[in-house]
Amino acid sequence: MSDYTQMWKDLGLNLEAHDMLLNVLGNAYKDIYLSQKDRPEGMGYFDFVMSEVHGLRIKELLDEKAQGRKIIGSYCVFVPEEIALAANATLVGLCSGADFAVEEVEKYLPRNTCALIKSSFGFKLGKVCPYLESADMVVGENTCDGKKKAYESLGSLVDNLYVMDLPQMKSDGGKALLKNEYYRFKSAVEKLTGVAITAESLKNAIKTVNAKRAAIHRLSELRSAKPAPISGLDALLANQVFFYDNPARFTESVNKICDELEKRIQDKKGVMAEKTPRILLSGCPMAVPNWKLPWIIETSGAVIVGEESCVGERGTRNLVDESGDTIETMMDSIVDRYFKVDCAIFTPNQDRLNHVAQMAEKYRADGVIHYSLQFCQPYIMESIPVEKALEGKDIPTLRVETDYGMEDAGQLKTRVQAFIEQLG
Amino acid sequence: MNYAGIDIGSRTIEVVVVNSSGDIICSLQADTGFDPIAESLKLFDSIENSGIKYQRIMATGYGRTLFEVAYTNLDPHPLSAPKDLTLADKCSTVTEIKAHARGVAAYFPNAATILDIGGQDSKAIALNNNGKVKKFEMNDRCAAGTGKFLEIMARTLGFSIDDFGKEALLAQNDLTINSMCTVFAESEVTSLIAKGADRREIAKGLHISVMKRAAGMINRVRSDQSDSIVFTGGVAKNGCMVTLISEKLGCSVLVPDNPQMIGAFGAALISSEMG
Ligand code: SF4
Ligand code: SF4
Repeated sequence: MSDYTQMWKDLGLNLEAHDMLLNVLGNAYKDIYLSQKDRPEGMGYFDFVMSEVHGLRIKELLDEKAQGRKIIGSYCVFVPEEIALAANATLVGLCSGADFAVEEVEKYLPRNTCALIKSSFGFKLGKVCPYLESADMVVGENTCDGKKKAYESLGSLVDNLYVMDLPQMKSDGGKALLKNEYYRFKSAVEKLTGVAITAESLKNAIKTVNAKRAAIHRLSELRSAKPAPISGLDALLANQVFFYDNPARFTESVNKICDELEKRIQDKKGVMAEKTPRILLSGCPMAVPNWKLPWIIETSGAVIVGEESCVGERGTRNLVDESGDTIETMMDSIVDRYFKVDCAIFTPNQDRLNHVAQMAEKYRADGVIHYSLQFCQPYIMESIPVEKALEGKDIPTLRVETDYGMEDAGQLKTRVQAFIEQLG
Repeated sequence: MNYAGIDIGSRTIEVVVVNSSGDIICSLQADTGFDPIAESLKLFDSIENSGIKYQRIMATGYGRTLFEVAYTNLDPHPLSAPKDLTLADKCSTVTEIKAHARGVAAYFPNAATILDIGGQDSKAIALNNNGKVKKFEMNDRCAAGTGKFLEIMARTLGFSIDDFGKEALLAQNDLTINSMCTVFAESEVTSLIAKGADRREIAKGLHISVMKRAAGMINRVRSDQSDSIVFTGGVAKNGCMVTLISEKLGCSVLVPDNPQMIGAFGAALISSEMG
């Protein structure tokens, strides 16, 4: 590994705190990921990406910047990557999957704020996220009330914060709002980069992001095989890396894993025995390095076969129609695709209930674990209708509410194990 | 052939040994103390000293995994089991949910709903017709609504834990306690005492608040409201709690002979059925 100290210093990171974070991340990765058995060889790429997550990838982004590209950070899958790419910008997800600088955070946010929002502040206040610090624009979005209000405070910490409004209903009015906001975003990005989006650049961007999603779709499909060819932890990692890797290289790497998995499936080889209970995970997004619950599940004798989450199928479902030829038709197609994302901030949100049940069936899950971050009102609220809908179809469901801390790991493990016993 | 089950809870440890027909041939209990593994091994020592042999151990309760690891690594290993058993086969684990379901099914084959309130946790379990777990709920991180809560409150009111339920049943009026949190409830109780409220009425109010929590959990899991409920765990020995739950839910509440042993008994039965 090269020495990136100077680069981190130049970005204004707090080196001591940053070392601590990398240490925790490295150890967690070793304990949770590298201890798994029978991983696909192709995961080696992701191991490399993770080991260089604050190193080589940041260097690449900084090199891109030196050549005039801009970096845009985002906290939500509603921020359209296509528009960023088409205007010569790179979009990266800002992960927010670990507690950091908790005491500092509580000067800005009430204690009963979800861990994800707290974490996004912690990374800023602790000066430990090189993605955030290299971003030329950070996009917040009006989704849940927690985020909406938090961005008001984040604005005082991040001078290049751009807030995107989002609809709450899947109505014509809602769609018009989204379209309007995507045009406003388009102008803002064009202004940032000084590059006007053309029909050609937009078409290419759509193709690039579609290819990335299609690769993930292919990976997801393969997980319906029995025995499951890849662990849920590894598949989750691919879904997490989706947010910050170079799109073309990511697509290629995922497809390579898929080739390998196809061979495994042919040979009837799995990561765990055929009779291993299969779990569909549904709920809040799991940002790096929030691997706690999947790790508990997969060390309790079950395998995760799908993620109904924004770091997962809710985020990657549906491609943008590629047939448009003008900026207007392509922008419409982009709006169409994103408008289908069934985040719990929408009301009513029957689509999500249908999708959870469909996914349980498609991936041959024996049960569904619904995961909500503590204090996440939209997903906690929706967990009850989700449970009812699934139980109506005789699909056993366990609802868990947790955060990034490890204090409840023992209790959580008991509940997860009891649920797995119930399925067995 | 005999099989042992051990339930390592936060307050007490129980060991039950059953024979191959599932009859209990020995059962023991000890306080968890600060070294649950040492206490557990002591219990097994005393069983072995009395000449009772067992083939396998099934551990349950929050200390199950710690015990499994400690037991498997014991040197010399106490079990002189047949050679074809690997060490891992000799001590395995099961969650307290499944253990309770199995133990209760042995006492009450038609049971559909179980309420278990132990030292520091409480759970409600719904069973299928075949006695398998259908759905369960557990209390979250704190001690609210558990045996520990009642124990602390009994002490605050100057009752022994054995008399706490009996005294509460003698209350003339109901009184409402608002706090479920042990710390806040304790100060609420202290201020009620200072105001001269009747100790028995306060005791009943505390029982009612625990009962409401338990009833809520039961209602979330059970589908048939008329079914009777099997009540296990240390708190099932509290007559006031049994009466209140039965009144609130409008159904009978059945308590097995030794409600604290159900987890260990169920674990022993599961071990005997592993084949
Ligand atoms: S869950 Fe909702 S708010 Fe969160 S990333 Fe997904 S769409 Fe955005
Ligand atoms: S997890 Fe829930 S509360 Fe937190 S940001 Fe997402 S939607 Fe909002």
